[in-house]
Amino acid sequence: MGIVKRSPWLLHYDGSSCNGCDIEVLACLTPVYDAERFGIINTGDPMQADIFLITGGINTQNQAVVKQLYDQMPSPKVVVAVGVCACTGGVFKECYNIIGGADTTIPVDIYVPGCAARPQAIIDGIIKAVALFQERADEQEANQKGQKTENAALNEAGKETGNGN
Amino acid sequence: MIYRIISIAAFLIFAPLVGGLLSGLDRKISARMQGRIGPSIFQPFYDVRKLFSKQFIVVNPAQVFLIMSFLFTIIFTGCMFFGGNDVLLCFFLLSTGATFLIFAACITNSPYSNLGASRELLQMMCYEPAVLLACIGFYLATGSFNVSDIIQADMPAIVKTPGFFIAFVFILTIKLRKSPFDLSTSHHPHQELVKGITTDMGAKTLGLFEVAEWYEHVFLMGFVGLFFINKNPWSYLVAVIAVLATYFLEILIDNTSARVKWQVMLKSAWGVTLLVAGVNLIILMVV
Ligand code: SF4
Repeated sequence: MGIVKRSPWLLHYDGSSCNGCDIEVLACLTPVYDAERFGIINTGDPMQADIFLITGGINTQNQAVVKQLYDQMPSPKVVVAVGVCACTGGVFKECYNIIGGADTTIPVDIYVPGCAARPQAIIDGIIKAVALFQERADEQEANQKGQKTENAALNEAGKETGNGN
Repeated sequence: MIYRIISIAAFLIFAPLVGGLLSGLDRKISARMQGRIGPSIFQPFYDVRKLFSKQFIVVNPAQVFLIMSFLFTIIFTGCMFFGGNDVLLCFFLLSTGATFLIFAACITNSPYSNLGASRELLQMMCYEPAVLLACIGFYLATGSFNVSDIIQADMPAIVKTPGFFIAFVFILTIKLRKSPFDLSTSHHPHQELVKGITTDMGAKTLGLFEVAEWYEHVFLMGFVGLFFINKNPWSYLVAVIAVLATYFLEILIDNTSARVKWQVMLKSAWGVTLLVAGVNLIILMVV
């Protein structure tokens, strides 16, 4: 099932950053880099997103927001941290309000380094994320199928012993 | 009778394919207009396939039911139309479908979704007059509301109803959710309402919504084609060309204009309807 990977929809959140990476992410969508040719849509809606692209670090105020956005995304989902701020906290690491990189709050799958991360690197990160997304989608589908056959087997067993439902 | 059944069956089977391809073409042409390569024209199918395999998060259990109702009314509308029935009835059904969609957006707690729903109501208010007038135009031009009679007319309806056609194409921008009238939800990301009426739809529900849109687009394009069809078999070719040209025009408008406020939408939609379709109506009534 290699089809899911053709339609990765992004949710982009900008944490505690200098906005440098933020702008580079948007640059990916311009005619020069055209991320849409991979089927990527930069949606603003967590309910519809597959890949969570986070730029900038986590501070005490946005931690809850990032957590909630992550929770609102339906699985399978992948998280990409773009720029050193999102990876580790970067230049802001020692600030009094900074907790650290995105992985202090949510599980990050792909790290894209750079300050600012270049559009090429970002697209590379997204392509890696897309592969992972496909893997997880396959896993999820297999699990669902497995569960169904398991349930069917249980039902069968129940019927045989005469106390099933 | 047998023709009706064949065309209904063809609609049921091919409408999603044609609708999906149209929307894929839309994205491709838009991208080319912006100097980008753009996604493949099968992209909408990939998107829907993915949406159906995502985890389903229930925002409100009634939402699935309402979206399903939306989908089925739209399909039914198309069946009525391609089965050769009354055009007025088709549009009444279409409005019923739109109401289901509005309810589906209202019952969630998201303010974006609710605001999108009220804008969708406004949009309905803007396009309904032109739609009704277009149906009346068909009646005045051909003497019948029935599609099966309209396509048997001696000359295409467009000859007598150019004004109604212009008004209908104008409000088609609203119906197809194209800029400058994509107020309630937009195909373009990052609008002020996040995703408008579809904000709280994810996974399966959004997939169903997309499929319903494909059916709806095919129906609307069929209605555009109806203006050109008469008993001459060649008129079908003319209709297909006219439909494609209209669709291209909508894409062009989409890419060259910015979203307007609802006041402007209301004034311009009603203005054009009253002016162009109204004058056409008076001429048809008097002459
Ligand atoms: S990594 Fe550098 S460019 Fe990116 S947000 Fe942090 S400070 Fe700005």
